[in-house]
Amino acid sequence: MIKTDALIIGAGPTGLFCAHQLGIIGLKCEIVDNLDKIGGQCIELYPDKPIYDIPAIPQCTGEELTNNLIEQIKPFNINFHLSDRVQEIKKEKENWRVKTLKGKEFLTPNIVIAGGVGSFEPRKFPTKSTDKFDGKTVLYSIKDKTIFKDKSVVIFGGGDSALDWAIELSKSSKVTLIHRRDEFRGAQSSVDKVKELQKNNKLEIFTKYSMKDVKGNGKLESVEIKDDDGNSKLISADYVLGFFGLIMQLGPILDWGLNIDKKTIPVNTETFETNKQGIFAIGDICTYPGKLKLILSGFHEGALAARGCFKYARPDEKLRFEFTTTSKAVQNRLGLKND
Amino acid sequence: MAKITYIEHGGQKHEIDVANGLTVMEGAVQNDIPGIDADCGGSMACATCHVYVKEDWFPKLPNKENGEDDMLDQAYEPKANSRLSCQITVSDELNGLVVHLPEKQV
Ligand SMILES: Cc1cc2nc3c(=O)[nH]c(=O)nc-3n(C[C@H](O)[C@H](O)[C@H](O)COP(=O)(O)OP(=O)(O)OC[C@H]3O[C@@H](n4cnc5c(N)ncnc54)[C@H](O)[C@@H]3O)c2cc1C
Ligand code: FES
Repeated sequence: MIKTDALIIGAGPTGLFCAHQLGIIGLKCEIVDNLDKIGGQCIELYPDKPIYDIPAIPQCTGEELTNNLIEQIKPFNINFHLSDRVQEIKKEKENWRVKTLKGKEFLTPNIVIAGGVGSFEPRKFPTKSTDKFDGKTVLYSIKDKTIFKDKSVVIFGGGDSALDWAIELSKSSKVTLIHRRDEFRGAQSSVDKVKELQKNNKLEIFTKYSMKDVKGNGKLESVEIKDDDGNSKLISADYVLGFFGLIMQLGPILDWGLNIDKKTIPVNTETFETNKQGIFAIGDICTYPGKLKLILSGFHEGALAARGCFKYARPDEKLRFEFTTTSKAVQNRLGLKND
Repeated sequence: MAKITYIEHGGQKHEIDVANGLTVMEGAVQNDIPGIDADCGGSMACATCHVYVKEDWFPKLPNKENGEDDMLDQAYEPKANSRLSCQITVSDELNGLVVHLPEKQV
């Protein structure tokens, strides 16, 4: 179990800057994010797009912003727990006990929810029949590609993940690639490659088809696909893979007894505390009169929430207001040498 | 201004006057019509503002934006008449538009 002054849920820009503000006032924190990388929407949805409204930075991309934030919090040696989701929270006297999906536990007086629009999760097939095979033979990501050797694998999707896996798995499996339209959105070189493999009968492609149903009693046997006119086709399958990108889902956050208003959490604008003591919400996930879903607002909210955390983490101390330019204490925390 | 009819998956109809310049997504969100999530706020990054445009209207709409089809690949049950409502800007010509909302967005 990890003890810390604050646990931040979400490694988007808001969570990262809040970690900085906690560090500046001398508090420790840990950050959990469901993505396998740091940066939230900026890194997942628009790493290459320029942002023009970060104060004092005329232009930077989502990735540059993320890298700069990571650089800025380096002095604080913050632990990141990536590819893991905060699942459960429970009050224990002055603390919250927090559990993740992978079984990590934290004990902390403060939880800062910087969860954006929710945790990024793979989008699943709309069909209900796929549920009972989910995680076994219907998969949305690949951990161990050796399980597909000499098997029939049906891959759905038109982006890079679908194409790359179709190419890779066609070396030792019977691959069928299915996409809802003729055009693939993946890299042209991958598109050319799958077309070439198709020509050489190394894989089959069906376009303008989508998932209708999966069949099998206990064990997956086949996939039924349909076109827009309702014609369907049956393809035998040991495994079905779906690559439809990521969606954002509030998920477990809805079960924590927090007030929720249209997928957002109402907060007081003094400390960004929610209706639960010691739980704060900042960034896209919080709401209050005048809320703007902008990165710059998230920074401000993180600064105030960090101060809000102080009284629960250091109940016997008084928080002093200090500038980074002039405070020796702050500069020590930043690891700067003072003469 | 255009009168736009949003029909929920369950059949519930909402007839709304939407001002020119707004998107079909904003018309729904501002009027609390359930069934359009618009998680990314209209930046074509989430596909949770997905609608099915009534067949006879589909060809009359301005063409899809660059990248809209890529995003629609990731929508819930896309069909030939699918659009992202955040990419349809309202004008007088859209008066009478009818869009059906999918069963769900995610
Ligand atoms: C295409 C696009 C362009 C944009 N352009 C701009 C712009 O120019 N200027 C601007 O200011 N803003 C812009 N935005 C908005 C901006 O990206 C968001 O306001 C910002 O990312 C919000 O940051 P955040 O840290 O609150 O949340 P996010 O960036 O959404 O990060 C939240 C993180 O929390 C994680 N998470 C959620 N729940 C859990 C859980 N239970 N367990 C573990 N992890 C969890 C998620 O996986 C996610 O990584 C844009 C957004 C998009 C999509
Ligand atoms: S609102 Fe996200 S794609 Fe339209």
